[in-house]
Amino acid sequence: MKNSKYLPLIATFVVFVLAYVICISVFPNMLSTRVAGNLLTDNAFLGITAVGMTFVILSGGIDLSVGSVIAFTGVFLSVILRDTSIHPLVAFVMVLCLTTAFGAAMGATIFFLDMPPFIVTLAGMFLARGISYLLTTDSVPITHPFYSTLQEIYFVMPGGGRLTLIAIVMLVVFAVGIVLAQRTRFGTYVYALGGNLTSAQLMGVPVAKTTVGIYALSGFLAGLSGIVFSLYTSAGYSLAAVGVELDAIAAVVIGGTLLTGGYGFVAGTFLGICIQGLIQTYIVFDGTLSSWWTKIVIGLLLFGFIALQRGLMWMSERSARNMRHASAVQASSA
Amino acid sequence: MMAVPTILRERTPQLIVLAVILALNAIISPGFFSIEIQNGRLYGSLIDVLNRGAPVTLLAIGMTLVIATKGIDLSVGAVMAIVGAVAASLITSGYSLPATLAGALFVGLICGLWNGALVALLDIQPIIATLILMVAGRGIAQLITAGVILTFNDKPELIFVGSGSFLTLPMPVIIWIVIAILAILVVRRSALGLLIEAIGVNRRASTLSGVNSRVILLAVYAVSGLCAAVAGVIAAADIKGADANNAGLWLEMDAILAVVIGGTSLLGGRFSLVGSLMGAMIIQSLNTGILLAGFPPEFNLIIKAAIILIILVVQSPASQTAMANFRASRHAVAVKTESREHAAR
Repeated sequence: MKNSKYLPLIATFVVFVLAYVICISVFPNMLSTRVAGNLLTDNAFLGITAVGMTFVILSGGIDLSVGSVIAFTGVFLSVILRDTSIHPLVAFVMVLCLTTAFGAAMGATIFFLDMPPFIVTLAGMFLARGISYLLTTDSVPITHPFYSTLQEIYFVMPGGGRLTLIAIVMLVVFAVGIVLAQRTRFGTYVYALGGNLTSAQLMGVPVAKTTVGIYALSGFLAGLSGIVFSLYTSAGYSLAAVGVELDAIAAVVIGGTLLTGGYGFVAGTFLGICIQGLIQTYIVFDGTLSSWWTKIVIGLLLFGFIALQRGLMWMSERSARNMRHASAVQASSA
Repeated sequence: MMAVPTILRERTPQLIVLAVILALNAIISPGFFSIEIQNGRLYGSLIDVLNRGAPVTLLAIGMTLVIATKGIDLSVGAVMAIVGAVAASLITSGYSLPATLAGALFVGLICGLWNGALVALLDIQPIIATLILMVAGRGIAQLITAGVILTFNDKPELIFVGSGSFLTLPMPVIIWIVIAILAILVVRRSALGLLIEAIGVNRRASTLSGVNSRVILLAVYAVSGLCAAVAGVIAAADIKGADANNAGLWLEMDAILAVVIGGTSLLGGRFSLVGSLMGAMIIQSLNTGILLAGFPPEFNLIIKAAIILIILVVQSPASQTAMANFRASRHAVAVKTESREHAAR
């Protein structure tokens, strides 16, 4: 059992290493901190929201609203910075409060109305996208000097690669996410919810508080991801980040988290993000392949990992049955 | 003869909502209900609602059956894109219309069977199983069209499927009405509908009681794929081209919404095809109404979100038990007063 718990994570790691080796053997230039730095910067917003998605999926739920929330955050920031003299930092706090409350409201709806997370967060997805349309349908540039200051912050890695501020934010979020999942009571509750809701309830897990907390966390991280995205693009656009929720779910699944909940690791999601980033980088390096190959390869990887998970579950069920059978035989012979 | 009124009576809330929205549309644009015949074809806003609603209606038919088995099919929008691309590339490379349609439907069937195999044979959760095709599907469609929007302006026979008319009605309307009637007859005049609902209530129990749940699940997802294929052909024929990026984009969400509005529970086990058709018409009349009112189309999403929320609250087990408790307590009070009166006497 202990082995099968880590097997999806190990499989992801092996796939990542293999993919990187293949990439390097075709394009030796990909072995540089510049490429690594760009990969982290380009996928920073996706990584941050994928951490929130990992918690949601670990608890057996799903959050379809994150892409719309990212777009809303960008539009909100750009409109506020254009029309008022509020400092970006204050605007950041405001938008994070809004998105966290939004997530918490979805969590409360899911728990108190006892409805599938899928349809509740679908409504959230429509609502957030609709509100950002109402704010503006134009792409609004952000020209605040504070943004340029933030964009100029980077840390030069050996080899000349730049670790930008947003990449650092993503790494910090992953580190905090790993600690939160593995070392805190909240993390244990999340795993318990995803493992078996009824047993979690009977064991005294505060299901209501945890469910609201999980979706609030996802909302908060989607907001943070929106801030990072606005730093990355220097603009707010209501049509931005369409389909990011699918990329985030894909990263979580490729990272070895079981979609039924209860098993998985935040670190795996990081590998999932890196694999997606590698595919994109490979396509950019190649130049002749079209970007739609990314989607097909991600689809194939998704299928591969889901099939692997099914296989593992089937094997563990069979071994459990065999053990039960063996003990039954023992008991009858005794 | 009695069957039709019963079906409509069961769907009273949907009928009322549809009537209210149509009435609002008529207030916004006075000519809403006027229908006239030009060049042997009916024209008017009402016909337009029926016509524009064709893709979502078709998707909703397949989606209803899938949701009745406690499943969901997220891939229908992507399947529409794939099928549109296949149809466009077949017709532009010189195949006849029947061959093109057969090829397109075959591809839709394969897509549906793929989803069905993942759900029925590999026991993968439907959301996840169909997510694979949803993510990869648009990539596949791009691959087929080689990244361009394949147009077929010079192929009137395929364009006819999207914008032609037959017996004064636009072709898409005829297609969805025929398919809807076929689906309702097959599902409700045989035990199939009951078996589908049985799987939705409890797949294990229905398997143990002799329902071949694997075959039925495969068939249900195959039907969903076929419906998506027809919708894809109509959408492509309508714009005279296959747009791999935008064909059927987010229509899976509209289809799910139509099914939910129609009174089919997302928890499976109970479905109404007529309800889903009304749901699709409600969505389309809303879209048309918002356009007629001159509101920006952006309002669409907010209104849809509000509708989902209202339905959630009404459908949720929590409020259902609250209603049941309310009724029970009223009943208890009534019984108590009655017995008190009895004792006093």
